[in-house]
Amino acid sequence: MSGAAQRDPIGWLALPAVAYLGLVYALPLVFLLARSVTGPEGFTLQLFGQFFADPYSWRVIWNTLRIALLTTLVCLLIGFPVAIAMARAKGLMQVALLVAIILPLSIGVVVKAFAWQIVLRRDGVVSQFLVGTGIWSEPQRLLFTETGLVMGAANVFLPFMILPIYSVVKLIDPRLSEAGATLGASPLYRFRRIFLPLTLPGLVSGIAFVFSMSVSMFVIPSLLIGDRFQMLATLTGRSFLLMRNEALGSTTAVVLLVLAVSIVVASSWLAKRLGGSQ
Amino acid sequence: MTAIERVASALVWAVALFAIVFLLTPLVVTVAVSFGSSAVFTLPPPGWSMRWYNQLPATRGLWPSLATSLQIATLSTLVSLVLGTLCAIALVRGRFSGRDAIATFLVSPLMLPGLVVGIAMLQGFKAVGLREAWPSLLVAHVVITMPYVVRTVLAALSLFDFTLIDAARTLGCSYGKALRKVMVPALAPAFLTSAMFAFLASMDNYPISIFFTDAWTKTLPIQMLQFVEERPDPVIAAISTGLILLAVIALIIGDRLVGLRRLADF
Repeated sequence: MSGAAQRDPIGWLALPAVAYLGLVYALPLVFLLARSVTGPEGFTLQLFGQFFADPYSWRVIWNTLRIALLTTLVCLLIGFPVAIAMARAKGLMQVALLVAIILPLSIGVVVKAFAWQIVLRRDGVVSQFLVGTGIWSEPQRLLFTETGLVMGAANVFLPFMILPIYSVVKLIDPRLSEAGATLGASPLYRFRRIFLPLTLPGLVSGIAFVFSMSVSMFVIPSLLIGDRFQMLATLTGRSFLLMRNEALGSTTAVVLLVLAVSIVVASSWLAKRLGGSQ
Repeated sequence: MTAIERVASALVWAVALFAIVFLLTPLVVTVAVSFGSSAVFTLPPPGWSMRWYNQLPATRGLWPSLATSLQIATLSTLVSLVLGTLCAIALVRGRFSGRDAIATFLVSPLMLPGLVVGIAMLQGFKAVGLREAWPSLLVAHVVITMPYVVRTVLAALSLFDFTLIDAARTLGCSYGKALRKVMVPALAPAFLTSAMFAFLASMDNYPISIFFTDAWTKTLPIQMLQFVEERPDPVIAAISTGLILLAVIALIIGDRLVGLRRLADF
């Protein structure tokens, strides 16, 4: 960059921020990666070999992916219709939707996870509601279960599914669908062939956001499901903060990093392809 | 409208209503519990009281951690605003290669697991001998707040018409005055929303801050998580209600300044 910037004085303005993040953030990440593949005798994959040889590691990876997939699925099923409603809503409904989506974004995850601890108790709101409607015959505890974890996580990440889809849906020209109708396309056909392809970039980025955040979430599982159920991020945190096992922590951190980066790369590749095809 | 469309439309509105209730449930529950009279979390509470709020002044560790969080959030947001805006100007006005890569790089801390970033930075800071909690927190939080500033200011700058500055200069303004009188007001909403989101992100950060706190210097989320683990009583709900109130105020200010719809332009 510096060579090009010399010819263009304005380019130098980028230097402080780039240098700062380079030194404070990128360099340490590179060192973390480098250390994880370096042993006493140079390059080695021994730490990863040990990690992947342990069946417990695979259970942790499976936990991480399963919970992240379920959370993403719940967010998609709720978020897609909500994004459509938000693009169409007017008046009070619009304000209610905007407040319901933006307000939780500005409230800390510790506050929300704590609230879900209360909601998911045996005498909590969800249990009372399900007993009241006759779905459950007696009160049950959802706290410290996988269902409870997915509910809490979906609650925290839902806005990150809704907003990218909404930003695409609101740009879709309603006349496209009307034109399809005039040409005799059925509603389902119009949804599948006109609406869905146009919203795909938004769906991809929403899914990528929620999936990568659920893969790396830390506070929500530690409050809603506890220590007996480990995911990659909680295991990483525990290794560093409680067990003082830096080797295991660095290994899980690198596995998590590789997972998160591949989600981001895959989704931006997919978004570019979808965007280019239109 | 055909029958299928009517059913689909009804379904969309039903899910939307459900989502409003679902999204607001934790906030409503927290506020309700904080005003309850009982020490257990029964809903609705048996009676209403302010007892948990009366305990706030005497809650140990709360005020120092709030002060730390406010200081770190304010300072890191200011540093990010300065560095991020300079960088955004360079990216929009500059003519050098790799501008997209730089933008992606500066926003990337948002996309990577905070815990991993935190561990890497902890080891990096140790290597250069930075051990004190407060400066470490500040240095780390600039990384957290930078993406919000770069993303929002970059978007606003790329819509800004730079010929307006030339116009102001033709009309007799100096370059500096033209920037101050024309560009700064046009970018003010972007500065405010990005500062708001950056500030809140810093106030809320747990996974990175956890590595840089010690017994004396804690940020609010870390102190709160400690409360949740040590003494889960409605005092936490009262603190949370205070934070919700803060968020509501921020939302109202944001609505006045740029409108709710613009805030949703994520």
